[in-house]
Amino acid sequence: MNEGRKEIIQIVFVLVAFVFLLKLFFIQVIDSSYADLADTNAIRKDILYPVRGLILDRNGKLIVYNNPEYDLLIILKEVDYLDSARFCQVFDITRDELNKGFKSLYTDIRNRRASELQPTPFIKQLSNRDFAKIQDHIDEFQGFYIQARTTRAYSSTAMANAIGYVSEITRNQLENDSSNFYRQGDYIGQSGLEAYYETYLRGTRGVRYQLRNKDGIIKGPYKGGRYDTLSVPGQDLYTTIDLDLQEYGEYLLNGKSGSIIAIEPATGEILAMVSGPSYDPTLLTGRNYSSNFMLISNDTNKPLFNRPLMAQYRPGSIFKIAQSMVALQEGVITQGTRIPCNRSIIDCHGEHSNEDLRGAITHSCNPYFYNVLRRMLNQGVSNNPYEDTRIGLAEWDKHMSSFGLGRPLGIDLPNEKGGLVPSPEYYDRAYGGRPWKFSNIYSLAIGEGENLVVPLQMANFVSIIANRGYYYTPHLVRSVGKTGLPLPQYQEKHLTSIDSAHFRVAVEAMERVVESGTGQFRAKLKDIIVCGKTGTVQNDPLPDHSVFIAFAPKNDPRIAVSVYVENAGQGARAAASIASLMIEKYLIGETGRPIIEEYVLRGQFLY
Amino acid sequence: MDWITVLLYGIIVFWGWLNIFSVTYEENQFILDPTINSGRQLIFIGSSLAIIMFILIIDMRFYETFAWIIYGAVLLLCIIVVFTGREVGGNQAWLRIGSFGFQPSEFAKFATALVVAKYMGTVGFRMDQLRNQLTLFAIIGAPMLIILLQKDTGTALVFSAFVLVFYREGMSPFLILVGIGVTIIFILTLLVENEYILFGIIGCVWLTLLLLGKKKRKRVTIITLAALMLMGTIKSVDFIFNNVLKEHQQKRIRVLLNPDLDQLGAGYHVYQSKVAIGSGGPYGKGFLKGTQTKLKFVPEQSTDFIFCTIGEEHGWIGSFLVISLFVVLLFRVIFLAERQKSRFARVYGYSVACILFFHFTINIGMTIGLFPVIGIPLPFFSYGGSSLWGFTILLFILLKLDAHRLQVLDRV
Repeated sequence: MNEGRKEIIQIVFVLVAFVFLLKLFFIQVIDSSYADLADTNAIRKDILYPVRGLILDRNGKLIVYNNPEYDLLIILKEVDYLDSARFCQVFDITRDELNKGFKSLYTDIRNRRASELQPTPFIKQLSNRDFAKIQDHIDEFQGFYIQARTTRAYSSTAMANAIGYVSEITRNQLENDSSNFYRQGDYIGQSGLEAYYETYLRGTRGVRYQLRNKDGIIKGPYKGGRYDTLSVPGQDLYTTIDLDLQEYGEYLLNGKSGSIIAIEPATGEILAMVSGPSYDPTLLTGRNYSSNFMLISNDTNKPLFNRPLMAQYRPGSIFKIAQSMVALQEGVITQGTRIPCNRSIIDCHGEHSNEDLRGAITHSCNPYFYNVLRRMLNQGVSNNPYEDTRIGLAEWDKHMSSFGLGRPLGIDLPNEKGGLVPSPEYYDRAYGGRPWKFSNIYSLAIGEGENLVVPLQMANFVSIIANRGYYYTPHLVRSVGKTGLPLPQYQEKHLTSIDSAHFRVAVEAMERVVESGTGQFRAKLKDIIVCGKTGTVQNDPLPDHSVFIAFAPKNDPRIAVSVYVENAGQGARAAASIASLMIEKYLIGETGRPIIEEYVLRGQFLY
Repeated sequence: MDWITVLLYGIIVFWGWLNIFSVTYEENQFILDPTINSGRQLIFIGSSLAIIMFILIIDMRFYETFAWIIYGAVLLLCIIVVFTGREVGGNQAWLRIGSFGFQPSEFAKFATALVVAKYMGTVGFRMDQLRNQLTLFAIIGAPMLIILLQKDTGTALVFSAFVLVFYREGMSPFLILVGIGVTIIFILTLLVENEYILFGIIGCVWLTLLLLGKKKRKRVTIITLAALMLMGTIKSVDFIFNNVLKEHQQKRIRVLLNPDLDQLGAGYHVYQSKVAIGSGGPYGKGFLKGTQTKLKFVPEQSTDFIFCTIGEEHGWIGSFLVISLFVVLLFRVIFLAERQKSRFARVYGYSVACILFFHFTINIGMTIGLFPVIGIPLPFFSYGGSSLWGFTILLFILLKLDAHRLQVLDRV
């Protein structure tokens, strides 16, 4: 049984040796291409970084563009000898920094995170000016190369939060990148529009392979450029923003904390979105990104917090308009319903005693709306008051929802908050299972209570009124690339559950506010009918927040505004002034009331 | 004492040492400098001589008697390394003692050989008994598994070389052929894009077998079943490959099978290796004049890809010499194995030959693009303390046993 096996094994040995020698013969003796290849062997891989898409305002003005940026790369293998003194002089770094750079390079090579044969970043993010300085001297340093890429530049300091910032992709993000598109060293939008539209803005990386001989001299393209790909620039974003209006808003909000949002009601396009306090977006580009980021994020005024989207406030008296609409739709009141201003149930202010709906809105009568809500929630569907309130509240919720309240609207920015419209389930949880009815929750009536709204929702809300009953989801980008269209969800018209006819009352009431009510001193404009509503949101123990919503002109409205100024007292003052200045600027093109402007600018309400 | 083998050993080790020097050669370097690889290798060589002395002095019965203990101890070390090992180059196979590292898995090779030899040498062992076969596979399977846990796939695969030893000792070739067959099917499935071509081939083979052989029902059923099973396997391999494996895993396997693929990414290693070897021409560029190796274009040059130095600096002639040296060594080892009187010694000898053969084949095959890149060294040639010691011990135990082969008859 074992005979011949030894021979078979021996044959196997010889066979293998023979095959090897044959292949070797072929490679070494017959095929001469290897000898040539050896000389021009090294393949140098250059990454061609794409140009990121531009961001422009609605009139084509550049808001965000790109500046060239340069990385100094090193191919360690080629660095024969380095004149460190000269290097430090040319590149303007200290000996220490140079040594540190090499040390971390060696570590990376040891950990296989870098190769000594391939270009590795050594000094990152040299500016245009740095580049000009060193350009003539780069040849002195064998093994060092310059790679060009781009970084963000801003034509104005406006809209820092909404635009967002761009920085190098983090390890975490790389690991979670299921599409495997990103490589280490790529830039990625981290917040705002830069993040939301990242896939459109980023473009595609290109690559170029070249043959390099052992002296480091480029000998030409590898395989005729067969593996090369061009970089594809990112798509530009044409925003809905009017840069002039935006900058004016930032100017007005200086020294204050709050938000200004201006929307074109018929389309949902956001004309301006100001978050104060803000920061200079240029701080988050370039070599000082990390240290600046620390400073900005630790600022107690929270400039990175995008107030229009994220700040949640109690709605205050503005909410009364919404209440009116719902009540009219449900039929529990009519325009003519009069309710006495009984200040014993709930406090009120101003000279009025027995208003109809229009008057109640104009004068912001609290007892009136107390009653309205009671009628709304307790419609007698059930004999049990608790059950009845539940049913009423559920209906009320549905209406409020159709106004876009209580949930994020879906703006094209990340991290939008949804506010809160309390549901029966909410109160069940809040009261821990104990029963509740209208008398527990009446503060909803005047917009103080468990409701929360976000300034963006308020701007959208006043757009709805301006449109008499519908809205388009507010958005910042009207055209992605050259398509001329925004993303599909912004082309959809949303109807509220309220009949268009009911809005007339609200519009007229709001007209009265500006004409002769609380808004008359600051919000009224010559020749243009402005409709508005003040709101004052309690903020114990600090001063109240000042709130104002408005749209103009009354017929064929072109702009709807919501203004929140934190800790600035009554809404009629700071917020109304800002709102009307914004309207004036947009509709007329310039402002003609320097006293009002002065008043606003002087107000510094940061705490 | 078989001086021919000792001579061969010496030549290979010395030549290897010179080549290691060439890899790291720079101007004005002293070959004995202990901070560069060649200097260190000299230390390893020196210590190997000490080990050889040791092996030759010890009573030859030691090896057979303590086979299991040695095996157990080495396996234990390997297990420890799994948990405490330092990660080097993608696997976790190194144990550190002070500033000094060594790889226990290199010692598992001769330890397993000893145990296999001892087991097969016991009275009453029969190759055709299933129980014995299973034990044998367990003996080589255990170190394989542990080393796989170290993520050192290459070294784990070395243990499959023992199958040849089993074959020599009487195991039916059927198993080997099935193993080879399965591997071929697997490779073919991944290589051939269109699975219907494979189906077609199977279909033809099935038809041929059917028509040529006896038409007994049992035979027909078996052949048909086999054909269907094959097709099923092919289908599932395809499915798993395309749907279960991730993109980069698929890529790695594709490169394994087609080393010319992706020269700039995963195939870079082999590409550079072939360029280095190929550029040596018939006569080589001369000692210390290898540009590719000198400029470090070939990664892992002192260790797994040391053959590149030979190819580049000594050309085809050099390659021929080295390969011949190894073949002569292998034949000599077999010759020694065959002249042993005890089964233990003979099996051990064949184990030595097969282990050396496996390394030789895969390592050189790797450098010229015939085998996928799995990291295993070229015995006696590659830089590395653990590897040199491991192989030295492997070989010299055999020489010791051979020197006393006539004394075996005293033991009964």
